[in-house]
Amino acid sequence: MYNQTEIIKDTSELGADGELVINMGPQHPATHGVLHLVVTLNGETIKKIEPHLGYIHRSIEKMCESLTYRQFIYVTSRMDYLSSHINNLGCALLVEKGMQIEVPDRAKYVRVILSELTRIASHELWLGAMAMDLGAFTPFFYAFREREMITDIMEDTCGARLTMNYIVPGGLMYDLHPDFQKKVKAFITQFKSKVTEYEDLVTNNVIFQSRTKGVGILSAEDAISYGCTGPVARASGVSCDIRKIYPYEVYDKVEFDEVLETAGDSFARYMVRVKEMNQSIRIIEQLIDNIPEGDFVGKTKNVLKLPKGEFYTRVETARGEFGVYVVSEGGTTPHRIKFRSPGFSNLSVLNHISVGSKIGDLMASMGTLDLVIPDIDR
Amino acid sequence: MFSLEGITTNVQDWLLMKFNPTMALAIECVIVILLSISLFAILGLVLVLMERKVAAHIQIRLGPNRVGPGGMFQTVADTLKLIMKEGLTPDKADKFLFNLAPFVVMMVGMLLLAPIAFAKNFQIWDINIGVLYISSVSSLSVIGILMAGWASNNKYSLLGAMRSGAQIVSYELSAGFAVLTIVVLTGSLQISEIVNAQQNGWWIFKGHIPAVIAFVLYIIAVTAETNRAPFDLAEAESELTAGFHTEYSGMRFALFFLAEYINIFIVCAIGATLFFGGWMPLHIGNWEAFNHIMDYIPSSVWFMGKTFFLIFLIMWFRWTFPRLRVDQLLNLEWKYLLPISLFNLLLVAVIAILGWHF
Amino acid sequence: MFLKEYITDVVTGVTSLLKGMRKTGYYFTHPKEIITEQYPDNRATLLMSDRFKGEVVMPHDANNEHTCTGCTACELACPNGTIKVVTKFETSPEGKKKKAIDTLVYRLELCTMCNLCIVACPSDAIKMAPNFEHSVFDRTKLTKVLNQPGSKIREGIE
Repeated sequence: MYNQTEIIKDTSELGADGELVINMGPQHPATHGVLHLVVTLNGETIKKIEPHLGYIHRSIEKMCESLTYRQFIYVTSRMDYLSSHINNLGCALLVEKGMQIEVPDRAKYVRVILSELTRIASHELWLGAMAMDLGAFTPFFYAFREREMITDIMEDTCGARLTMNYIVPGGLMYDLHPDFQKKVKAFITQFKSKVTEYEDLVTNNVIFQSRTKGVGILSAEDAISYGCTGPVARASGVSCDIRKIYPYEVYDKVEFDEVLETAGDSFARYMVRVKEMNQSIRIIEQLIDNIPEGDFVGKTKNVLKLPKGEFYTRVETARGEFGVYVVSEGGTTPHRIKFRSPGFSNLSVLNHISVGSKIGDLMASMGTLDLVIPDIDR
Repeated sequence: MFSLEGITTNVQDWLLMKFNPTMALAIECVIVILLSISLFAILGLVLVLMERKVAAHIQIRLGPNRVGPGGMFQTVADTLKLIMKEGLTPDKADKFLFNLAPFVVMMVGMLLLAPIAFAKNFQIWDINIGVLYISSVSSLSVIGILMAGWASNNKYSLLGAMRSGAQIVSYELSAGFAVLTIVVLTGSLQISEIVNAQQNGWWIFKGHIPAVIAFVLYIIAVTAETNRAPFDLAEAESELTAGFHTEYSGMRFALFFLAEYINIFIVCAIGATLFFGGWMPLHIGNWEAFNHIMDYIPSSVWFMGKTFFLIFLIMWFRWTFPRLRVDQLLNLEWKYLLPISLFNLLLVAVIAILGWHF
Repeated sequence: MFLKEYITDVVTGVTSLLKGMRKTGYYFTHPKEIITEQYPDNRATLLMSDRFKGEVVMPHDANNEHTCTGCTACELACPNGTIKVVTKFETSPEGKKKKAIDTLVYRLELCTMCNLCIVACPSDAIKMAPNFEHSVFDRTKLTKVLNQPGSKIREGIE
């Protein structure tokens, strides 16, 4: 393990000569999408990273301005496609908050269970992709085996595997699938029996540990000042779990721990996500047998009109705080809408945490930031 | 009993009967060249398929299974595709070096084939400094990679080539030391003598712990030398897209690809020769009946079996471990492998002098 | 002291690697764990979830009748103009004029399977079908007319 600050001092003494500028992406195996990094190198050592965005900009916020409050929810699935259910939930919560719609308990419970399943699925995919970034190909397939069970549950209940669009303002689109509880329980048993595999293959692996420990260190102050949220900030010891601070739905009724690490390096970020999966399992276990009977959707008007004013809601996606800000003029469509996506703030620390490290470290720190490019670019 | 030994003597006798000795030698050369080229082609096809199947089964997949029974002809189809493809040369590349590099890498593989004993008395060239020859020629492969990386005029290629240079030069050391332990035990550099010395037991059993340590070091070092994961920094996919062969396409890419697998075969063949007795059957002490049964298995089968076991081991590494970082790679060599192999060599020397081995 | 640390480093490192190799070795030697689905071959036994949102279809009964009244609720609910309802006026035998659909044009290439049209439909005339093999060589084939030729609205549906 080498001292990062030492190398920073080392590179700053060198002149502009010998700089090597590499364009990583938009097509690059490690950028997971169309992220374009302009990396300035001195040999193998990184001097500067400049992310270039805009390759997958679809102006979702502008699109939402022409969609009604029922319609704009589905577009948000296409932003952070790995936690599409949680994005939908954030938007639905905003409409419900603005119009004071009562949501039945059954819908609340199901929403939370599906959110946590989505979180596990997202973390599973991240785990596989992260290991792949570091050169281990096999954990990807093991992680996908478990993720497949979740997508099957989603397919059964919501009718789609990735972009669910199961949430409507006031509740759910349709009732749960009869097999839902059985399948979720089967998944929990499978997941618990396979967690040791990740430990053997990834967590305890000496190469993996040396690749991630002490790499990409982000201090708590920097995490706050860059606006990091989610596992990235929690790995630096910043308590920022929206589920704890501003509980929505039934998160105040369930017991779970906010996972905090203090090291702030890539390994801490890795551990936060792995432990978070276990916490999500804990939440699901508490709720799955207690889903109340009753309606799955509350009574809403046919045409939804938000009262005049400004509204903001936030939810905790797999990557951090997802905020929806709507300015309403009282019509059927939002006047102005802004999404606060967690990926954008998390990406902004990339330059800060990887200056002075090697190209290989860039993969470790970028992998643990868990970037989803459509979420950053919208 | 079927033996390759008989065939070679028969061919030699027949040629000497028909032609004068110089002519016979020339014809033998042609036969050997043809044989080694066809061996390369077959090895490439088999090993690529094997790699894909091993990877698939480790990753709970099925692997290629569409072309031919069980996907047997998948690599044939892939090769056909690669031959058909246009071989692009980048505009600002050094065209001569760019086109030469794949052949240099292949040539090194071919040269290394010479001293390998494929079966009993079936060897192209039983040179008396066989092991020295192998370790010196195998270090040439870095030249081809550096050539490819430099000539491509691509930053990824350049970085990959430089990494590969640092890596192969350092790992050459511990591979050499691991080979030396066996040389110390045998007292000879000649491949045939090393094999014959293992008549009553392979070195990995006879040589006590130092031989086992040497074997482990050897496997690690050659994995690094052939640029295989977890040491595939020269072509680290997630970092440098494809490293030194980023700009190669078509048949020239296929040559690099083939050379990688040929190199694996060769280092594993050498490993099998040094530590597992080459074509020597497994003999256990005084179990006469058992030894006799083992003798019935042809020596070429023994050799291939051992080699493919080692190849499987290297593939197993690749599909299990993450990649090391470039400074950790060099740390591992200079701080761990090299001191251990130096110490190991000392240990082996003591054992050899005192005659503690069987 | 240094030597002890060095040796424990090596030993723990090697054991962690061996543990990983044991895991992958287990899967290599247990082909039963393979989860590959050989898709085009298992088409006959492939079970799709009954709720899977593959495409919008309009169910017709044995008399070639559907329940679409042509109210255009689905067209209004659709966020991206996937559905176009073309209406016409039919004259019933009693001489009354009645609104009915001429064609219900569904553009699969625009559809995001958000299910909003199905929720909006007051007479359950359309539903999602679990078909997923949509690829065609001609893009125009993705624009479909959902009501079958010669179909009528079922009696009693207003």
